[in-house]
Formats: sequence, structure tokens, C-alpha cells
Amino acid sequence: MSSTACSRLIACLILTLFIWLEQAGAQISGNSRAAELEQCVEPTALMRKSHMDFLKHQRDLTVHQGIRTRKHSLLECIACHAEKAANGEFIAINAQGQFCQGCHAAVAVSMDCFQCHAARPEPSAMLTNHISITTADLDSAR
Amino acid sequence: MNRVRRTFFTQAAAGVAILSLAPGFRLVELAVGKSDDEPVSPSVRWGMLVDTSKCAQGCTACVEACNEEHGLYGFGRAESDAQWIRKMELRDEQTGKTHSLPMLCQHCADPPCVDVCPTGASFVRDDGIVLVDKHICIGCRYCMLACPYKARSFIHEELNNQRPHAPRGKGTVESCTFCVHRVDKDLTPACVEACSAAGHGALIFGDLNDQRDPVAQKLRDLPSTQVRDDLKLNTAVRYYGI
Repeated sequence: MSSTACSRLIACLILTLFIWLEQAGAQISGNSRAAELEQCVEPTALMRKSHMDFLKHQRDLTVHQGIRTRKHSLLECIACHAEKAANGEFIAINAQGQFCQGCHAAVAVSMDCFQCHAARPEPSAMLTNHISITTADLDSAR
Repeated sequence: MNRVRRTFFTQAAAGVAILSLAPGFRLVELAVGKSDDEPVSPSVRWGMLVDTSKCAQGCTACVEACNEEHGLYGFGRAESDAQWIRKMELRDEQTGKTHSLPMLCQHCADPPCVDVCPTGASFVRDDGIVLVDKHICIGCRYCMLACPYKARSFIHEELNNQRPHAPRGKGTVESCTFCVHRVDKDLTPACVEACSAAGHGALIFGDLNDQRDPVAQKLRDLPSTQVRDDLKLNTAVRYYGI
């Protein structure tokens, strides 16, 4: 195969990847708090493409400098996107068909976050004031 | 630079140094807490005084509070289970005098764990808290060998049900964080709170650099000891009464 044909094929694959991503794009449904909101902390397309960069940037700031803003924090992602089961308990966000896992399974990208990080919010008193991002917060964050 | 300007700058710098370094005197009062978007400040150094005369033999309130706070649980193997703070009972063989004290990461200013870490995962935060960045820890365990206090644990097994504020996982090393998630919210570490709640008040936590802080005042008034002070690590955890 000539190099031109090869680069065309790669370009095609990349283009279709975006279409797959759009289709695989996590279905925000169910009873998560995110389902009630119009948009995430950034425009949806940007979140799909760059959420991992936001998270990585934030994780370094948090671990090394103690910066604990909520906008790009993994804790907030989980708090907002986790769905509740019929018994009222949160379902792990990396469980089959849930927000993170749904998309990551479709694009075959493994997620290491939840080897260490809790995959569901904790309904303890300590966290109730922490996981209360509202539509007004999102407006001000934009 | 001409001579007059140089003299002016030298004197000005000296003036600023005198104004800001005079003990107990500040031009601007320090804020009580930091906001979420503010990085930690090197002007603070978190530390702890353990008053061993108040630490009760057999009491493990601090250990239990730590385990609960960080979701630590064991696999029935005491030698390798995670332990961030442990109680030690000491006895002087000559006199028979006994001491009870908690041993935890001493949050050294010059920590050997940081010296030996090949990836930079072990680090001292600007406010003096020694942490492991588990994102870049490769689990080599050099730090565990280097630590003279045996304060670090390696996670051998897959973990479940971690607390959201205390991520922990297989293949990484961990140790006391001075409850960094609480400290960043102006709370004291869980062990300190539990010790007070148990009525002992043997643990005092605060800013070693702030002369008005109770921990700094106590350390100024009481004779305190650094464990293994021969190593000159400048520990942030000091002991009274041993």
C-alpha cells in the first residue's frame, strides 16, 4: 500500500472514530443528577474529547498543591453522574452500562481510576455539603 | 548599578526582613483557612505534639479513628496489613517505667522516603505534609525500607469500598497523610479528634510556624523529643515525656 493510501485510510479511521464516539457518547439517562442538567461543567463535545485531560490536570493540582476546586474534580463527576438503584443506593459508576463504563467499553479504553478511587458517592454527612453542585454553580463556572 | 541605588536596595531589603521576621509581629494577619482554589502555603508547617503522659495504655482510639476515616481494613496478616498509625507500649528495663505512644509518619522536613523515591511519588507538600502521589508510585517500596519509623504500608491486595476522600489501591505505598483532606478544610486529623473525644487530649495538632498556635506554644514551653533525633530529619511529630 502506498504511503498516500495508508495516510488516507488512517484519516478515514480517525474520522469514523469521532462518529463512533458520538454514538457511543454516554447516554445521560436514569436518575443521576447529571440527567437533570442541560450541560456538564464544559460543553458536551469538549467534555467527551478532553475530560481525561481536565481530570489529570486537576489531580496534580489537588495532590501536590492542595487545590480542591470542584469543577474538574473526579469526586464531583461521580457525585453528579452516579445513578441510584431501586433500593436507593448508588450504583458504581464503572459498573456495566453505567456512565463511565458505557462509553469506555464502546471505545475499548480501560479505566484505571477505580482501582483506587471510590466508584460511588458516599451518602455520609461529611460529604453532603461537598457534593451539592447545582445549576447555578454550573452557570457561574461557565 | 550605582552606589546610592545599591545602598537604598540593601537597606530596604533589610527593613522588610526586620518587619516581617520580628517574632510575634505581623504586618498582615494570616487568614484562618485557605480557599479551595488556593495552593497550600510554605509559610505553614503542620505538626503534632504527642503528650505521652496523657496517652493511655491500651487505648486505641486514634488507630480506630484513622482506620475508619481512611477505610483501612486488613486481610488477617498483621505483618502486611495497612497501618497508618499504631500504638506502642514501651518499658524501660532498668526502671520499669512504661510509656504508651502512637507511632505514625513523622512528616520529616528532610524525609529519607523522598530521598530514595525513584519517581518523585514521595514528596513533601509546601505545608510540610509528606505524601505519596499514588498516580506515579510504582510500588518499589524503597521508601518503606528507608523510613526509620516503619510508617509506610504497601497494598498487596485489590481493595474495595474505598472512601471517596481516601483513594487507595493495590501496588502502591501509603502512610499517614495528616488527614490532608480534612486539614485542607480547616479540620484537625481524625486521630487528634478521637483522642480528645476519648478524654485524653494527648495529641495536639497545628501550625508549627505560627507562634500563637497552641502546638507551637506547647513546644516552646515543654521539653519535647524527636524520635531518632540523631538522624536530624527535623520531624513534625514531637513527643513529650519519653
